Amino acid sequence: MTDIPVDPNEVRLTINGHEVVSTKGEMVIAAAARAGDYIPHFCYHPRMEPVGMCRMCMVDIDGGRGPMLQPACMVPVAPGMKVDTESPGAKRAQEGIIELLLANHPLDCPVCDKGGECPLQDQTFSHGPGESRYVEEKRHYEKPIAISDLVFLDRERCILCDRCTRFADEVAGDALIHFNSRGNDTHITTFPDEPFSSYFSGNTVQICPVGALTATPYRFKARPWDLAQQESTCTTCSVGCRTVVQSSRDELLRYMGVDSDPVNHGWLCDRGRFNFESVKSPDRVLQPLIHDGTEFVPATWSAAITEVAVQLRAARAAGGVNSIAVLGGARGTNEDAYLWSRLAHEVIGTPNVYPQMGDGLPADVLLLDRATIDQAATASTIVLLAPDLKEELPVLYLRLRAAAEKRRSRIIEFTPKHTGLSRYAWRTIGYEPGTQQSVVEKALADPEIAAQIAKGDVVVVAGRANLAETTVATVAALRSVLAAAPGSRVLPAFRRGNVVGALQVGMRPGEGGLDTRSVLQAAADGKIECLVLLGADPLADFPDTDLARRALAGARRIIAIDTFLTQSTQLASVVLAASAYAEKSGTTTNLEGRVTTVAQQVSPAGNTRPDWMIAAELAMELGSDLGYDTIDNVTDDIAWHVPGYEGITAAAIAAATDGIVAGAPTGIAPLAPIANPIGERNSYDFRLVVSRTMYDEAVGTATSPSLAHLATPSMVHLHPLDLGRVGTTEGAAVKVIGSRATVVLHVVADDSVLRGTVWVPFRHSGANVGDLIDCTAAVNDVRIENI
Amino acid sequence: MSRLNEANVLHAKEIIGRYPKARSATIPLLHLAQQQDGYVTNEAMAHIGELVGATSAEVLGTATFYEMFKFEPVGKYLVNICGTLSCALMGADELLHHAEAKLGIKAGGTTDDGLFTLERAECQAACTEAPCLQVNYRYRFKVTPADLDQLLDDLAAGRLDGEVPPHGTVAKVRQHIPANKAVGAVPPESVTAPPVWISEAAK
Amino acid sequence: MSRYTWAPGYCDDGDRPQIVTSRFKYDDGYSLERYLATGGYAGLKAALGRTPTEVHDEVKAATILGRGGAGFPAGTKWGLTPQGVFPRYLVVNGDESEPGTYKDRLLMERDPHQLIEGCLIASYAAGLSQCFLYIRGEMALAQERVATALNEAYAAGYIGKNILGTNFSIDIVLHWGAGAYVVGEETALIESLEGNRGMPRLKPPYFPAAIGLYGQPTIVNNVETLSNLPWLLVNGAAAYTAIGTETSPGTRMIAVSGHVKRPGVYEIINGTTTFREVIYGEQFCGGIRDDNELKAFIPGGGSAPWFLPEQLDLPFEAKMVGPAGSMLGSGAIMVMDHTTDIPAMALTLVRFYAHESCGKCVPCREGGTWLMRIMERVVAGRGTQRDLDQLLEIGQTITPGQYPHAASERLGIAAAPFPFKMTTICFVGPSAYNAVDSALTLFPDEFQAKLMKRTSIPVTAVGAGS
Ligand SMILES: Cc1cc2nc3c(=O)[nH]c(=O)nc-3n(C[C@H](O)[C@H](O)[C@H](O)COP(=O)(O)O)c2cc1C
Ligand code: SF4
Ligand code: FES
Repeated sequence: MTDIPVDPNEVRLTINGHEVVSTKGEMVIAAAARAGDYIPHFCYHPRMEPVGMCRMCMVDIDGGRGPMLQPACMVPVAPGMKVDTESPGAKRAQEGIIELLLANHPLDCPVCDKGGECPLQDQTFSHGPGESRYVEEKRHYEKPIAISDLVFLDRERCILCDRCTRFADEVAGDALIHFNSRGNDTHITTFPDEPFSSYFSGNTVQICPVGALTATPYRFKARPWDLAQQESTCTTCSVGCRTVVQSSRDELLRYMGVDSDPVNHGWLCDRGRFNFESVKSPDRVLQPLIHDGTEFVPATWSAAITEVAVQLRAARAAGGVNSIAVLGGARGTNEDAYLWSRLAHEVIGTPNVYPQMGDGLPADVLLLDRATIDQAATASTIVLLAPDLKEELPVLYLRLRAAAEKRRSRIIEFTPKHTGLSRYAWRTIGYEPGTQQSVVEKALADPEIAAQIAKGDVVVVAGRANLAETTVATVAALRSVLAAAPGSRVLPAFRRGNVVGALQVGMRPGEGGLDTRSVLQAAADGKIECLVLLGADPLADFPDTDLARRALAGARRIIAIDTFLTQSTQLASVVLAASAYAEKSGTTTNLEGRVTTVAQQVSPAGNTRPDWMIAAELAMELGSDLGYDTIDNVTDDIAWHVPGYEGITAAAIAAATDGIVAGAPTGIAPLAPIANPIGERNSYDFRLVVSRTMYDEAVGTATSPSLAHLATPSMVHLHPLDLGRVGTTEGAAVKVIGSRATVVLHVVADDSVLRGTVWVPFRHSGANVGDLIDCTAAVNDVRIENI
Repeated sequence: MSRLNEANVLHAKEIIGRYPKARSATIPLLHLAQQQDGYVTNEAMAHIGELVGATSAEVLGTATFYEMFKFEPVGKYLVNICGTLSCALMGADELLHHAEAKLGIKAGGTTDDGLFTLERAECQAACTEAPCLQVNYRYRFKVTPADLDQLLDDLAAGRLDGEVPPHGTVAKVRQHIPANKAVGAVPPESVTAPPVWISEAAK
Repeated sequence: MSRYTWAPGYCDDGDRPQIVTSRFKYDDGYSLERYLATGGYAGLKAALGRTPTEVHDEVKAATILGRGGAGFPAGTKWGLTPQGVFPRYLVVNGDESEPGTYKDRLLMERDPHQLIEGCLIASYAAGLSQCFLYIRGEMALAQERVATALNEAYAAGYIGKNILGTNFSIDIVLHWGAGAYVVGEETALIESLEGNRGMPRLKPPYFPAAIGLYGQPTIVNNVETLSNLPWLLVNGAAAYTAIGTETSPGTRMIAVSGHVKRPGVYEIINGTTTFREVIYGEQFCGGIRDDNELKAFIPGGGSAPWFLPEQLDLPFEAKMVGPAGSMLGSGAIMVMDHTTDIPAMALTLVRFYAHESCGKCVPCREGGTWLMRIMERVVAGRGTQRDLDQLLEIGQTITPGQYPHAASERLGIAAAPFPFKMTTICFVGPSAYNAVDSALTLFPDEFQAKLMKRTSIPVTAVGAGS
């Protein structure tokens, strides 16, 4: 007989008479939940530190000295412990607590958004006393107050469970809501004139166990029992948070975070949670449009598809397959990208296919040993060579922040501007754009940093910190880190929803093909006969606006597949009306390569169609049957054909709660780096740093009424000590003069900006910083002049 | 209204320096702010947040927990009449009613001239001297209604100026740790070894 | 030698041992000069002449019971700090706010050096890195006296670097609160000292001795507890334990308030002195005012269940008082004579605890206020039997099961012993119910007498059946 090794962390205890296997450190409430014994609770939340505030979870726990009423959320399991969750004592306590909670809780359930899905209501039913004997006057507060742009607080309904406040402090790091006063007068407030402007405020609404916190987009919209829902994935950015998409009468109403252990722990950022409003936007393109020379004219699908085929044939006839290019595909599903890549490569025959908009890193970064989010969030050392994750990949920010706060990991950050994570970083090392490699190498020579790196278990988060420079210096710096820390893994901080999936399933250049910048250059040079924009908007997203403008002017024909008429798609001759997320199903791949499902929850708006179907029809029109009837056929075909996706069939994904991590891609040709000597910065100049923020003019934000007003106008940010150098003051308008253009912007004094550099957020309203960016220059310098 | 003035910022920094973590100075600094303005202003709370590394909301949360901090102007003299058991047994209620009548305000109110704020307080740790009261945290024991009248008159006439500072100042004497004697506060994470007298005694 | 002008009943009859109040007879007992002239800092010198372990052992041998309320032996508590974990801190609990309790303030105002010396001895013995002396916010004079004493002691080399030329160094930092009773609870005290709202932390899993201030091992001791140390170090544990009883050695300070002839703070012999001696003894309170009849008394501060005259002969000994249905708490006796309106007086205590709830636990936050509302109604003569029942129901939610109470021959009830069960984190919740329970259990008729004469309101039948 062989001994079965016993896990030293294993703890066996008895809950309601049956044996439960748990692990050291687990709280009784969690062990009971896993064993199917629900212990009622309000304040306990598995992703936050227990506080033992509500006292609802009192159960009889016998740790060896007889049963004692104890809060199950605060008592860790112990060997041999006996727990009775339904003893008369426990039941009496639970009933008593409910009675007290209801004492001051208004019974306005019929008009409360939470009614029907309210833990207080449910537990009153299941564990409450059945009647209230409270005859005193209830607590009164001024009716709901807006604590932020998105969230309302009704203090009368609040049961003070400390969930929202703990979330704000512990999870989001934005301790902007807090308890005020004491005892029976305790209530939640924000500081006067300092709203709860957290990027994560919506989570508080989701975790509130009563209807005290409500979010603008959902208030009074529906009753929970009318809601239909499905699990899905948020594709706003490449973190790929798991969501539940809810609708009523075929209208999208709400997104909720799902607790996916390897990904988002239940959290969503506000952009991801609320930008579904854009799906319902009246500005959506609802049917195919053909430009007749003066204006867009609605067309039938067959007419539009025929027209596109005609144009593609004409382009091929005029310039050969190399004169056709397909840009985009990172905003769709894997299935969309896969069929479009097949259409482009196999049917049309062009090698010019690319999903990134000149704002990521070369695709060969995906060939590096890839880290998962979990690996990053538990690594000894996290090296950041990335954009401000709080702005661009918000929930990844939460995960890495927690890693630093819980002292699991040390963050070494290299950045041209202080970021949301700088506060939590062990070392934040600023660099002037262009100097990454030397700065990184100098830092790596520092004995303390070297010793930290030498501990091993290093994850590098690599992405594009500055849109106003080429990727050369960042890639070189990345290589230096990898050389110093062999065996480290890389988490690519590419930002668009399915960019990793698109690249991996085939949306990448074929033999001799061009990437986005080269395509745009070719178009500007008049060499592109047909430019296909697959959910791509180069005028808005490509950093070098001038090049994008010349490219779109120089392309002979433009075909767009999009949900909105954007700056770029307005120039198309045919616009094919695409379905949006939640209107189509399929799979998506996040930045760590995790493949998860996206669900169709509502009918496609108007006469729109999913991208993959459009690709299939176009192929047919061009004479090739790609051979798919259903979306599942496509998913299975990807599993069959795409390296790294082996076994990731529709059935397999449906069965895997947290999705499946795809293997490494093969066949990505390393893109030849373009070596650019970096000129010295003229001492009067400032080096330009441009990056994105959470709320900008992106379509999803701009067409979601709740979010649109959160975007601020474009400003130029200088270090406070540089204001004097320029002789300007905060708020003043200045001329920002680049090599090609001059824009006028107002000044913000900002000590997160390094001296000698200026930062301008990308794609904010007002003057366009893209006009200042030359994407062929290694770095871009600007002069600031007073007006 | 006002952030901490320069002198108080210096004082604040001295106080912060005594603690292993700056946050610990929150309550002392709130007292400092109250001493400066007679009550705690929003600006002062935001300023304290900057000094101790907390958000303004956190400072507000801490401040409002404690009875002594006021967020609106109160009278120059805060008269707290104790009403808990020992004092109640000895006639605290009558004393409070007498004070209300004399000042023409209800407990919680402030006289029109801004001189007196009256409060019904909880146990002041002078139970054997009941009924007792505090004026700006200076005690008066076994107070009869006549004593109270006298006290209020004396205060109004300025006869007790030397003894009772205006509201906001609690202790008039502060601790000062001489630099050459101070051991100094260090963040807990930078201490790992036992103190010398322990390690050497162990040898 | 003049008596402390208002020193509450303090009496120096020459017979009783004085461990902590020996300097109360001096008007300037708080000055360093007087302190040194009366043997001050000899205990510290004695301690520094021995190893920390020896000093700790001496304290353990003396079994000084904590005077903050829980009565846990100080030496044992120091020993609970985990081996080898540094830094460790000392937090002195000078937040004295328990109704009826009045001794720590006197010790700080009248003899601050004695407390400082006690802190130094504790820090030396337990290997502490820093000491924080947390004084209640409303005690201006105590803050001034302690601040002055600290300043003097620093100047004279008793505190700070290399104390008295040895390798022992420690800072004592004066910290002051801002008015919140619950902050007297040790984990709330630590939260408050960290700059937070003074809300207690749940223990277990962690006691401050293991995880306290800044997450480090922390000893929290009461002012009076520490004030015993100088005497102990000079006179030795044997002399200390020779006073009082084996389980309650030494002396303790007791504040007696309410309807007695000479209310005051007395240092009495622990373990043997009885309540009768203190309340009626000529050298103490001298009996009930106007020679009235004693109705009830509270033996251990506002949180303690009430006693009747029947319990007068119990001594100050936890082993005896617990089974009799109450506790000694923080050394406070509140005396009520036969003229007392029991429900009204109980209400003052309910109001106190409801007002002082930190708001963390639902039973305390909601239950305390609800109890108060009902009591207000009852005292105002608008209560009903249903209200009285509801008081007990709320009590059951806060402290399930039998709540301790005294025996009463008149009512034919036996004592329900200490302790009780609770659904709250700290004792504020149960304390809010405490006075209600005592008053209702021991004086039910006084409540009945106050009920609304018409106990049911005739209603026209609507609803079911009509
Ligand atoms: C609600 C509550 C209030 C308390 N208030 C005080 C207090 O004002 N002063 C005090 O010394 N201890 C107080 N205590 C006891 C402390 O928690 C702690 O036990 C004591 O300070 C330890 O010191 P000791 O061991 O020297 O008694 C209180 C306890 C509770 C539960
Ligand atoms: S019992 Fe009351 S005072 Fe104590 S922790 Fe709970 S709510 Fe706070
Ligand atoms: S869930 Fe345990 S106390 Fe709230």
